[in-house]
Amino acid sequence: MSDLLKYSIELVAVLLLALGIKGLSKVRSARGANQVAAIAMALAVLGLLISYAGEPSFNAQAWTWIIGGTAVGGVLGAVMAQRVPMTSMPETVALFNGCGGMSSLLVALAAALYPAALDATGPVALVSIVVSVFVGSITFTGSIVAMAKLQGWLSTPPWMQSKLRHVFNIALAVAALVGAVEMIRNADSGTGLWLLIVSSSLLGIGVTLPIGGADMPVVISLLNSYSGVAAAAAGFVVGSQLLIVAGAMVGAAGLILTQVMCNGMNRSLVSVLFGGALGAGSVAGGGGGEYTNITSCSVEECALTLEAAERVVIVPGYGLAVAQAQHTLREVTRVLESAGIDVAYAIHPVAGRMPGHMNVLLAEADVPYEQLKEMDQINPEFPAADVVLVLGANDVVNPQAKSDPDSPLYGMPVLDVQEARTVFVVKRGMSAGYSGIKNDLFELVNTSMLFGDAKKVLGDLLVELKDLGLGKK
Amino acid sequence: MFVEFLWVLLLGSLLGFELIGKVPPTLHTPLMSGANAISGITVLAALTAIIKAGDNTALLLLGSVSLGFALFNVIGGFLVTDRMLAMFSRKPARKENR
Repeated sequence: MSDLLKYSIELVAVLLLALGIKGLSKVRSARGANQVAAIAMALAVLGLLISYAGEPSFNAQAWTWIIGGTAVGGVLGAVMAQRVPMTSMPETVALFNGCGGMSSLLVALAAALYPAALDATGPVALVSIVVSVFVGSITFTGSIVAMAKLQGWLSTPPWMQSKLRHVFNIALAVAALVGAVEMIRNADSGTGLWLLIVSSSLLGIGVTLPIGGADMPVVISLLNSYSGVAAAAAGFVVGSQLLIVAGAMVGAAGLILTQVMCNGMNRSLVSVLFGGALGAGSVAGGGGGEYTNITSCSVEECALTLEAAERVVIVPGYGLAVAQAQHTLREVTRVLESAGIDVAYAIHPVAGRMPGHMNVLLAEADVPYEQLKEMDQINPEFPAADVVLVLGANDVVNPQAKSDPDSPLYGMPVLDVQEARTVFVVKRGMSAGYSGIKNDLFELVNTSMLFGDAKKVLGDLLVELKDLGLGKK
Repeated sequence: MFVEFLWVLLLGSLLGFELIGKVPPTLHTPLMSGANAISGITVLAALTAIIKAGDNTALLLLGSVSLGFALFNVIGGFLVTDRMLAMFSRKPARKENR
């Protein structure tokens, strides 16, 4: 009876989890789907507790430890989720993800140290433990490094950008392999286990540290996929089919998402993982050409042009997200709208600090959803735009991607902003985008540069627009 | 038993590949965050470890810490995803007063 109940609950939980992931891929159903997934998770936990009810070891003492762990982890998670600003979403996901990896690692460690108690004996359990420890460690240290880099707490030491790091990482991978083999051959000695933990933890750091900030979302997505794999491996260790299914689903979904992100950036996963900080290298090497014909202009000129426009398209990019300028931007567009100017936002698939991040930021700043236009939708509309305002975006508006077959960017989907009558580019300086490639857009006759931090420029612009009498009700 | 598990792994992976074949870029960040919350399903493994631990304090401790990490991931992940998605869903209702 108990078995039947357990399997029914598990089945429903798997079904709801699948429906949850499915629903998360449509705007209308996404919020409900997230809640369905959360209910599925609660159901899975309930099913597990029911299936172990009546076991002698499931006593008051066990409950104390369960409640203790739940209270600490749950409360911290809830507080973190409420407090964190929307611009910090990439590092938040990285942190959560790292903790998931840590959890798998600890369970595998427990199973390795006390195999008899957890019925984790035999070759299958051993291999699962090895996989779980390996992937769990990499996920944990990799995610923490990713978070620290995104927060600006860590920068890449120069030697990590040289070829030397490949030697370092290969040595660590070999050490991990030796540890794994030793662990399977000689399960009772702890040497293999600790060698595996230490070397795979260092490997997670070594692989993630050289990767540049703009590529980090791809890495987080990949690490998210890993944490699914780690969960599935933990499922083999403790013999839970539900854990295996859910882990496998997340692992597969994470891989697809990683691939989608890579496509959007015109980067292959291999070059993200092994190419290191591409941008840093090319900038040092001259940035792929000097700019000769740059027109820069003042905020005042920009305001005057905007005032005379009928149709304005905003192209928000990474720089806007970093400057946290989405609220100021929204104030500027409110002023423009109140003067009867038509405003739309062109959202490149990888705009922001990770794909879809820009939509979240603009939604947070109260931008109406229907003003956000996706690339395929907005590209035919650029010729009809009077002014395009590019805010901290670079590679995604580089016309070379369409016109120059020799450019490394060639083939990457871009926004055709050069088709508009006037283009203003707000940028901190003339440094290249993370691809390190010169942007022909900046030299076009209809392009003017506004140098400065996106938030400051937008603030000044707002003042100028109000001086011109716009935005008065 | 092992073969059965492998089947489960295989079918779960295929399901995952199929489920999110098409996602609008808008939802990549929430989807990543939501999928990340689901990967905290290791709570099940952590709970199993605690329940089977008996009087083994080290095992209880490992299980409990593991449970804490997993729940941090799960609860934080679902809540933060909900926060993001809440911003999308309230948009259409505001259209009228503009």
